[in-house]
Amino acid sequence: MKKNAVYSIWFAVPALVVFSIFFVIPMLISFFFSLTVWNLKSFTFCGFDNFRLFFTEHSMNLSVRNTFVYAAVTCSAKLILSFFIAILLSGSLKTKNILRSIVFFPTLVSTIAVGITFSALMHPSKGLFNILLQSLGIAPVDWLGNTKLALLSVAFTDVWKGVGVATVIFLAGIQSISRDYYEAAVIDGANYMQQIYFITLPLSKPARNSIIILALIGGLKSFDLIWTMTGGGPGFATDVLASVIYKQYAAGFYGLSTAGNVIMFIFITVIVLPLQQYLIKKEEQ
Amino acid sequence: MKNKGMAKFINIIALIVFSVIFITPFAFMFLMSLKDKRDANLMRLTLPAVWHFDNYLKVLQYNHYQVLTAFRNSIILTLFSVVILIAICSTAGFIIQRRHDTFSRTANSVILAGLIVPASILPTIWILQQLHLYKTMPGMIFVEIAINIPFTVMLYRSYMASVPVELEEAARIDGCSPFLTFLRIIFPLLQPVSATIIILNSVTIFNDFTNPLYFLPGSKNVTVQLTLYNFISQSGNSYNLLFSDAILITIPMFILFVFFNKKIIAGMSAGAVKG
Repeated sequence: MKKNAVYSIWFAVPALVVFSIFFVIPMLISFFFSLTVWNLKSFTFCGFDNFRLFFTEHSMNLSVRNTFVYAAVTCSAKLILSFFIAILLSGSLKTKNILRSIVFFPTLVSTIAVGITFSALMHPSKGLFNILLQSLGIAPVDWLGNTKLALLSVAFTDVWKGVGVATVIFLAGIQSISRDYYEAAVIDGANYMQQIYFITLPLSKPARNSIIILALIGGLKSFDLIWTMTGGGPGFATDVLASVIYKQYAAGFYGLSTAGNVIMFIFITVIVLPLQQYLIKKEEQ
Repeated sequence: MKNKGMAKFINIIALIVFSVIFITPFAFMFLMSLKDKRDANLMRLTLPAVWHFDNYLKVLQYNHYQVLTAFRNSIILTLFSVVILIAICSTAGFIIQRRHDTFSRTANSVILAGLIVPASILPTIWILQQLHLYKTMPGMIFVEIAINIPFTVMLYRSYMASVPVELEEAARIDGCSPFLTFLRIIFPLLQPVSATIIILNSVTIFNDFTNPLYFLPGSKNVTVQLTLYNFISQSGNSYNLLFSDAILITIPMFILFVFFNKKIIAGMSAGAVKG
């Protein structure tokens, strides 16, 4: 009791006030405005029409599917690649510090700059990727112009840029594992692969769980890379929830845009919260 | 003997593979930025036929030194947001970690929910309009602060756990007021995590494209990421200039990385694992 009197809540008030006004309140009123036709000045109530439109209009419900595909692909690719890179870098390589920096640096670079660079590298006739394929005797591919491939091409770029963060998290997790386990395993005659499978993999679980959650949330919200590289095209092939929200905003359909926001909110909460609970429970077992 | 040779081999292979995958795109960017227009449009990974360092000057001068204005705006935005974040989140993290009651638990879960939930765009614009802050730099600063509060408070809160309570008690017995105790005793001890927070938030806010796109439209307040994005269509087919612009915007991050590499990596992993 007395202790709480010393730690006055006034210390926390500025942060809570700013967070409430510019984050919590907008989130709460978004539920209301998602049910309206709205131009920021006046609104007309329209029930669930915006949501109905979102799931029946082809261009928009495609974005729902794309969001899931994009998040699933980038999250799993980052998870698997970062695990192997982290194993490599946690060993006794002399070059591991410089390698870690090389893998990590793209994380700090502007997404727009990365998008511009990879769009050029993926240019259908002149890009480096296709020149490489041709030199191997493989027919060139229209990376960003092919409706089936474009989303995966952007996801590839996302993984290239983001795998560094996952690697760094995995590395911290792996390095916190006590050496005793490995020494005991060596005495028992376990080889290198067995050590990775039976010690490193299970004991780096907390790091793995953080990566899954972070990468999944990032994937479900992603916008700037997709917007720079394809603008949602060709057609609507790479539209995701966040790009539809922007497109509807730019077109002046504010109610519809807000409905997209609410849908994104619901998806993220419905997927991430139970997953987080599940992962934490498994971690404790 | 055999093992040593093997280790050296793996070292070299790893270095080559990683460099090709992660450095080639930057080498490409840099070389493109120094070519002339025709050379750049071939999009080859070759040295420039003629080295055009004046490309950078051309980009700087473009549209009445717009890039410089953008740099000024981005620096103002980053500086103010980060300073205020440090001030209000260190105190909040302190209180939330030290109190063990409903208030602290509620505040904690509300703020942590902010790590997961996406920002609601149009309602935020509406709020900014009501406060006459839409399309203004102060409004943008408030939004950046709000978005980065969850992460910053979380880092401070978890670091606070390692600061001994006895120091505060001693200060209290000596008659030091709670505010001065925080300012003189606690805050200096938070310096390592403050450094991490300054760097990580600066990178995030400087590189932010989406939020200025929504909340700070208009050419007067344009930020570096927006100028780069707009330059994609404005530069026409001048890929050399487009890449010069991209390089100019990457340089500050590169400098930051050269100096604070360890701090950044430590901060990223600490934040993720503890959270």
